[in-house]
Formats: sequence, C-alpha cells, structure tokens
Amino acid sequence: MMSRALARSLVALAVLGAAAPALAQVTADRLQRAADEPQNWLTYSGTYASQRHTLLRQIDPGNVRNLELKWVLPNQTFGAWQATPLVVDGVMFVTQRPNDVLAVDAKTGRVFWQYRYAGSPEARVCCGANNRGLAILGSTLFMGTLDGHLVAIDAAGGRPLWNVAIGDPKLGYSITMAPLAVKDKILVGVGGGEYGIRGFVAAFDPASGKELWRFYTVPGPGERGHETWSGEAWKTGGGSVWLTPSYDPALNLTYWGIGNPGPDWNADLRPGDNLYTDSVIALDADTGALKWHFQFTPNDTYDYDSVQVAVLADIQFRGTPTKAMMWANRNGFFYVLDRETGAFLSGAPFVKVNWASGLDAKGRPIATPQPPGQATWPGNQGGTNWYSPSFSPRTGLFYLSAWEGYASIFRKEPATYIPGRNFVGGGHTVLTPVPGAPGPRIGRYTPVNDWTDAVGHGSVIALDPQTLQRKWTFDQYDVTDSGILTTATDLLFTGGREGYFYALDARTGVVLWKASLGGQIVNGPIAYAIDGKQYVAVISGNSLYTFGLRD
Amino acid sequence: MRQVGRVGRVGSALAAVAALCSLATALVRAQADHGAQYSQSDIAAGYRVYSSQCVQCHGGLGDGISGVDLRRGVFRRAASDEDLGRVITNGVPGAGMPPFKLEAAELTGVIAFIRAGFDQTASVKVGDAARGRALFEGKGDCAACHRLRGRGALTAPDLSGIGLTRTVAALQRSLVDPATAMVPANRPLRIVTKSGETLDGRRLNEDTYTVQLLDVRGRLRSLPKSDIRMLTYASASPMPSYASRLTPDEIADLVGFLASLREP
Repeated sequence: MMSRALARSLVALAVLGAAAPALAQVTADRLQRAADEPQNWLTYSGTYASQRHTLLRQIDPGNVRNLELKWVLPNQTFGAWQATPLVVDGVMFVTQRPNDVLAVDAKTGRVFWQYRYAGSPEARVCCGANNRGLAILGSTLFMGTLDGHLVAIDAAGGRPLWNVAIGDPKLGYSITMAPLAVKDKILVGVGGGEYGIRGFVAAFDPASGKELWRFYTVPGPGERGHETWSGEAWKTGGGSVWLTPSYDPALNLTYWGIGNPGPDWNADLRPGDNLYTDSVIALDADTGALKWHFQFTPNDTYDYDSVQVAVLADIQFRGTPTKAMMWANRNGFFYVLDRETGAFLSGAPFVKVNWASGLDAKGRPIATPQPPGQATWPGNQGGTNWYSPSFSPRTGLFYLSAWEGYASIFRKEPATYIPGRNFVGGGHTVLTPVPGAPGPRIGRYTPVNDWTDAVGHGSVIALDPQTLQRKWTFDQYDVTDSGILTTATDLLFTGGREGYFYALDARTGVVLWKASLGGQIVNGPIAYAIDGKQYVAVISGNSLYTFGLRD
Repeated sequence: MRQVGRVGRVGSALAAVAALCSLATALVRAQADHGAQYSQSDIAAGYRVYSSQCVQCHGGLGDGISGVDLRRGVFRRAASDEDLGRVITNGVPGAGMPPFKLEAAELTGVIAFIRAGFDQTASVKVGDAARGRALFEGKGDCAACHRLRGRGALTAPDLSGIGLTRTVAALQRSLVDPATAMVPANRPLRIVTKSGETLDGRRLNEDTYTVQLLDVRGRLRSLPKSDIRMLTYASASPMPSYASRLTPDEIADLVGFLASLREP
C-alpha cells in the first residue's frame, strides 16, 4: 500500500503533467483584456484597439543591440507571406500560403502540427494567394480561405471541426483577412473587389459555423445608403473587406475598413457616392446593425481601398478627453474621428495629394480630379495601404508605413460584368521619369531593385494626431509594405521590401538596431514572452524569424 | 498591313486560309523590304478597340490568358501579323475566344497596338532582324559599349533580353533620342569612396544602406553607402543618337533585331 505522502506527490505530478500540454482556453474575456497579458498575441492586431503596442519591457533602447536570432521557421510555399501569427501561452499559430496552418513551439520554432486546407481550384484572387492570419476562441482556431470558406480547427490537434461556404469563389469571393472573435461570435468579411462582388461582413457561431448576422457593405434596395447608387450598379459594387476589424467593448461596436467600389477605375459606371465603399463602418457586435459610417473617398476612381485597420485610443484631443479613432488612409489623408459617433474631428494629407485639394468641415474631400493622362498623387497603391500602423500611448504618436513621391497615371476603360471575371474598368501606370521605366509593383518579385527612388520611396512616418504634423520621418530606398510594432520602452520595430528588420527609437526615428533578413517584410512584427523572456517575431521573404536578447 | 483587315471578311474558312497563305508570303516579303509600320493613330485606335473588346479576358497588361503575353509578343497560335488577324477574326473556339468581326481599320489598329507593346507614345517601324544584326555588329558598332550573350563591352546595359523588357517604341526612342529614353537605373554611375577610389560603372541594385554595381572593368562591387564620399548618376546618356548615323529603315531593322533579343 502506497504511503499518503507518495500518493500526494503522484497526484501533484499528474496535475503538473496534465497542465503543461493542455492548451488554455482563450475566453472572450481574455480577448477583451488581451492588453493585460502582453506575453501573448491573441488577435491579428494584438488587442481589440489595434494599437500594435506591446507592454513588454525587457527589450529596450539600451539593450536592443544585443538582440540575436533564436530560431527560423522556413515556409514551404513561395510568394508574399503576409500573415501575422498568434501566440497563445507559448504556442504560435501562423498561416502560410495558400491556407495552411502551423502550430509552433514559440520558444524553439519546432512544429507541433500542420493543417493543410484543400481549397477549390475555382478560387480567384486579384493579388496572390494571401492569408493574413487566424482568430482563436476557446481552443478553436478560425481561418478564412481563398475559396470563400470559414474553417474551424482544433487548436490542440490541428484537425478541422467544421467548414462553411460563405462566398462563391466562381464569382470572385475570397477571404484573405484574419477573422476576429468577439464575445460569442466569429466575424469575417469577403474580398473580391476586382471581380464585381457585392461585399459583406458576417458573424458566425463558433460551435457550428451557423451564420448569425450579415451586413452588406453595398446596400440593396430599401436599405439606408442605397440612394448613393444608380440603377443596377449596386449589384456589382465591390466593397470588399480584407483586413481585420477593431472593436470597442464599452461601445460594443466593431469597426470595419471597406474596400474599393467596382469597377475600380471607371466611376461613370456607378454614379453616386457608392456607400459604403472606401468607408469605415461601425457595426453593433451583437446584431450587425450599422451605428455610423464615415466615407473617406466618395465615388472613388483610384482604387483607394479603405481597408486599413482602425486604431482606437482614448486620448486628450486638443484638450478634450476623446474616444478617438485614428486612420491613415490609402487616399493620402490622415483622419481623427470620434469613434462613438463617427464625427470627423481633424484630417490632413500625410503625403503629396492632388486628387483632392483638402477636406471640408465634415471631412469630405474637395475633389480635384486630374485630366486624362496626367499623374495623380498618391499612386494606385496609395499613400499607405493595408500595412498595420501603430499608436504609442507613451509618445502619443501614430506610426505608419508610407509611399512617398509616388504617383500613377490612371486610365478609364469600359467594363462589362461577366461573373467571375475581372471587373475593373481601366488601369494605371506608375509615373516614371521615362515612359515605361520600371517602378514599384504590388510586391517584390525579384531580389534586384530595377527602379530608383526617382519614382518614389518608402518611409516610416511618426504623426502627431494633435497637430497632424510629422514628428519624424525614416526614409527607405525601396517602398515598404511592413506593419509596425511599438513597445512600452519606446522602440519601434518595422521592415520593408529590402528585407531589413529595424528597431528605431520611437521618439526620434533613429535606427538603434537592424538585421538584414533578405526577403521582403510584408506583415507586422509581433512581441511575446515565454518564461519571462521577451521575443520579437517577423516574417521576411519565405521565413519567420524570432529574436530575443542574448542569453 | 491594311490587307489583313480585308482577309477577315472572307466568308469561307478554307478560302481564308488559302488567301492568307499567299498574302502571308507577300506580306513577309513586304515587311522584309520596308519594315512593318505601325502608326501612332493606328495604335491609339487599337487601344480603343482593345480596351472595349479584349481587356476583359486578356487584361490590361495583355497577360490575362495563360501562355499568352500580348505585350511581349508571346502567342499560342500566331507569329505574323496575318496570324494575329486570323485568330482575332475567327476566334479560337476550343479555347473560349470568340470571333471578332472588326472593321478593317479596327483590326489594323488592334494588331498595331499589340505589336507596339501597348505603347501609344510613338509610331513605330519594325524592320528585318537579320539586317539589324548586321548593323549591330557593323555600322552601328553597338558592341563597343553594349554586351550581348557574354560578348562586348560592359559600359552600357546588357541587351541579351532587351526585347522582353522594352517595347519597340522604347527601343526606337533609345536609338533616336537616348537622352530622354534612358531609364534612371541605367544611368552611368560614378562613385568616389572615402578612401579616394573612383569607380565608374552601372548600378545593378541598391537599397537604403548599400549599392551594387558592375564597374567598367567587369568587377561586381558592393559598397556600403557609409563608405562613399560621392555618388553621382550621369544626368544625360553617353549614348549617341543614331538619328543621323543610320537611315530610318536601318533604325527599323535595328529595332527589329533588338526586339528579337529575348534571353530570359
């Protein structure tokens, strides 16, 4: 017969043994308080406020030069790797092209399991087989797929739990964004703005995949906003959704950035403001009801998707406590909005802009379309785009990746809607000093930069939301599609197409440390911690790199 | 060129083929003698047709169909202008391309637009590649500066794949008015290092902190910008204009040769 002491210690061992591998439940409450557990990265943007600002303090300006490579996870597929990983209690979950999920030991980079979703060959996407990441709720991961499905995956075993079709891939519907879990729902939207889709966002039951509500980003007959469309144009009006929303639990509002109208470059085919394309919409998290909207670019002819991630912060705005939303838009303007009402508080261009001469008192652009054949600033890829910005409550500055000195010559062409085919109504060429000279494209496809900064360059801009002025600018030679991470120690991590991974001083923009990783960085760096040790992870080219301080 | 449009109206496919065979021979001979001329107005007219009828499937860059890159002259079922006219007029039933019954001027325009690489900035004339090669090696003395398949000087860009990256209009412009045609990345580079070394060459690659070049002695060099005292790009092209050195037909032949250089 076993002694009581031995029995007690065996029980203790059993508890310990069981506790280590079991994945903790990521409850809705944990997601809401994600800022309180900075060792984890629980949503695409880190927290519901989407500031991409970590409270971890181990890596600081004094020791950042001691960062060293801890591990590398090579991708098995080629192409731009735009995903932001999640980190949950020591386990990293990351997607890779086209719709694979990897569960990785975040300390060593060793892979626990890999799930490969077999998508339909009917899937069609404008800009590559991208996937930007996952949502987690409970112990279930959620991924949108290129063929328009939402898939639930068991985070422990990597096996699929359910799979529902949301949009028809034959009509150009796809999902590239990371879903967001809010309370008892999984929220996701559909891409396909170059295929004449009618965009929507929807909420799903995490247990079954049952659709609980749906909001069309292009309102139909009888719905508010339908009067901003003419004739049948709404049916192919676009309004794609391809970035993760933000959420304010106190207001119970989700904030979605909406993509371009269809066809992209020919507004003659869709007279009117074309709500809610190129807008931010505030939807009730429980019902999907529209609380307010703000349109950045009415009747867009420049492909200025407003899919940017809404950055939420409670700030003193010009002396008044304000529930602010900050937004650097693809159209070249930076905006401060009241996120409770949608009221426009302030806005100004952050790069050269000539498609509008400014914003009126309500924030509506004063349009100054350029004559055919003339250059429009910013160019088609925008003053910024989907690259996640950051806000530091410590510095009070808003940080973004921008394209400067970059313009396009847009052209308008006829367009006939054919289901599943490109429905764009024109095109664009980059303004170059010599006709036909190379310029920046959508992504880097070669290790050789065959164009020069005469056609534009990338920069990190630190904007003061109070004054709308730049505090500092960090110029790069090539353009950048990198997201930004700031820290509670006033560091700023970012990258660019050249493959440098930087730590800048968030107060001055001075480079404190850099590593040449070689491949384009087209995603946002994240921070996490395990056993009291802080890590910073970033994807460059076809590999995920994780850094920590030298032991 | 204009005969091609009329062929499109021949009702019987057999008759069309027969007509094409004789026409093709005639046209190939005509092209060899005078070069194929694509006027800027035809190209512009072709753009209007293309953007209303072709762009839906072939795309704004002409590469929307797998295995076809119209701008770069990569076709599945065509080599000559007559082939293009036939494919457009008859369609490719098995591959999903419908027949297009275009007016003669429209068909001429679309072919001109495709042959001009979608470049509407100039009228272009494309001559005989074999004669162009002789000019490249002889009268033009192009290899004195340019490299081709591992031979020739390193002063100016390697031309082995130039037909893939530049339109015929751009090639023509480079020969006639090189100062305005040279892309920024090809401007000759002079670097003076902090240690006093002077390097002349061509920029191959560049980023925020470094620049990579091929110097005139054939050395691949990579320099940190922090070691560079002076980095200057020539403001003008050192290439002479061939407008007065070659006849228009010779320039057309040289353009034909350069456009045929397609080493990937």
